[in-house]
Amino acid sequence: MTLTEKIIAEHAGRASVRPGENVWIRVDVLMTHDVCGPGTIGIFKNQFGPDAKVWDPFKVAVIPDHYIFTKDRHAMRNLEILRAFAKEQKLPYLYDANSPWYKGVCHVALAEEGFTIPGQTLFGTDSHTCTAGAFGEFATGIGNTDAAFIMGTGRIWVKVPETLRFILEGALPEFVTAKDVILRIIGDIGADGATYRAMEFEGDGIRAMDMEERMTLCNMAIEAGGKNGIIAADEKTVAFVKARTDKAFTTPASDPDAAFAGTVKYRARDLEPVVAKPFSPANVAPARSLKDVKLDQCYIGSCTGGKLEDLKAAAAVLAGGQVRTRTVVVPATVSVEHALSIEQIRGRTLKRIFEDAGAKIGPPSCAACLGGPPDTFGRLNGSEVCLSTTNRNFPGRMGSPDSQTYLASPLTVAASALKGRITDPRDVL
Amino acid sequence: MSLIRGKAFVLGNDVDTDQIIPAQHLVYNLDDPQERKLYGQFALSGVPIHQSGLPNGNLPFVEPGNDLSCFSIVVGGRNFGCGSSREHAPVALQMAGVQVVIAESYARIFYRNAVDGGYFIPYECRVSLPQEIRTNEDLEIDTGANLLRDLSTKKEYPLSPLGDVSAIVAAGGIFEYAKKHNMLGR
Ligand code: SF4
Repeated sequence: MTLTEKIIAEHAGRASVRPGENVWIRVDVLMTHDVCGPGTIGIFKNQFGPDAKVWDPFKVAVIPDHYIFTKDRHAMRNLEILRAFAKEQKLPYLYDANSPWYKGVCHVALAEEGFTIPGQTLFGTDSHTCTAGAFGEFATGIGNTDAAFIMGTGRIWVKVPETLRFILEGALPEFVTAKDVILRIIGDIGADGATYRAMEFEGDGIRAMDMEERMTLCNMAIEAGGKNGIIAADEKTVAFVKARTDKAFTTPASDPDAAFAGTVKYRARDLEPVVAKPFSPANVAPARSLKDVKLDQCYIGSCTGGKLEDLKAAAAVLAGGQVRTRTVVVPATVSVEHALSIEQIRGRTLKRIFEDAGAKIGPPSCAACLGGPPDTFGRLNGSEVCLSTTNRNFPGRMGSPDSQTYLASPLTVAASALKGRITDPRDVL
Repeated sequence: MSLIRGKAFVLGNDVDTDQIIPAQHLVYNLDDPQERKLYGQFALSGVPIHQSGLPNGNLPFVEPGNDLSCFSIVVGGRNFGCGSSREHAPVALQMAGVQVVIAESYARIFYRNAVDGGYFIPYECRVSLPQEIRTNEDLEIDTGANLLRDLSTKKEYPLSPLGDVSAIVAAGGIFEYAKKHNMLGR
């Protein structure tokens, strides 16, 4: 069996499963946030009754992150609904907005708080829940109804996906990052190239990546239609997870004779910085071929590109330079924001570097990654053109319906900020 | 077995959930009947206007100020519903009065949400219907025979059987299905 099949079989109480089968499985963690939590809670109460209790309060993580720093009254009301529910259900893991426990972007927060554990199953009311596959677990996004079902029963049905395998041979060249790898893969297989399939990443190029790069890779599996992205745990995974939880876990891996639906190999040295053009993450071109694209904004943030390593990479490029277009930085979480004042490059903190370069830092949340209410930090207006470290560039995704978003790595976005046009980072450094 | 009739609203490939319901509208309470209606009002409001109502485009799915559409069958191409897991997307289509969506293929979370929430029937059709069907044509779906009839052109198209999920669709969603099979007792 493949890694994904093994985890599903184990959680279905079965010796083995085959792709295409529908099975009911146990859920180890359920995550929800402010956009989908209230709807989930509504369905839960409707279906299980007003006095129903969640199946296991210790397995529910409530992480508001989408619409936090806004005056929108509906958004504020949604935060209130989460608060009331967590209180009523005595949920220990509400990372409430405007509280000392506030974290920020849910997928990064899950990892920081030790909810991402090899061999487990994680379901979340957010399509990028697949990010957690970086830790060698089965993690996928669901809607409110499925989440409400899990809240009441701790179980859910899944159709066992086939696994597509992507092998990265060799370590990545300088200035080429996990974001470039996943954009290249999505460009090659298309926005529906992995529909209802698991995307498993392996090879020495993957093992050379740190956990945050692996998260970036798995984060965008959904952009190819994937059910989940997954990377078998190794010593780096184990060290990361053990530092954040004392829960026991196993580290399954695909069998040597596992049946894959297909295998695609990439030689790391053939890869280069790429950009996804509007309006699809699969619309990929080399960064160098887009030198003529003038930018109104550079955006560095989100679960894909707002982690500490992402911001370090961007700061290293911006250090000493001046941005030539509006540049905004949104740390994914409070911990990342905090680290900006501590981590240094050549004696200057990352915060200082961003500010000296003329970039504006916003408070940790999803911010303009998905547009949001009109008062959202970094939201695009009119027909603005943005180069962003986020994961989606659908029409209107970052705000105005007439805006255009290009997607790239933090290095490429930072290099482009210095020029005011799309720029390959190899051409600035 | 039943017949479902309605007017077609035709879209292209890769209709993502930000087009189905733009993120700024995700704040309305799904459990409040008045606020829930707003999802109908803004259904498909993120579709670029030249692609809204093919082949001619430039047709809003819901007339401004209304919360119901006069189109109850949405026809799409490949990868319909890609993007976010927001269940507000199938809810928005349902609230606008959609009974059936027919696409060449679906993104799976959207498909699953439609089925498990029982919002409408998501059919697949191997034929690329956006090349065949024009917005405003009268369609009829024979759910027993898995057949789509274009009453305006008199053409027929086979729909893929719902397969594994047909029991959940028939029950009206995952909760109804689970109740029928006594799965909610713990
Ligand atoms: S940062 Fe963007 S992609 Fe990530 S969870 Fe938030 S809205 Fe979704």
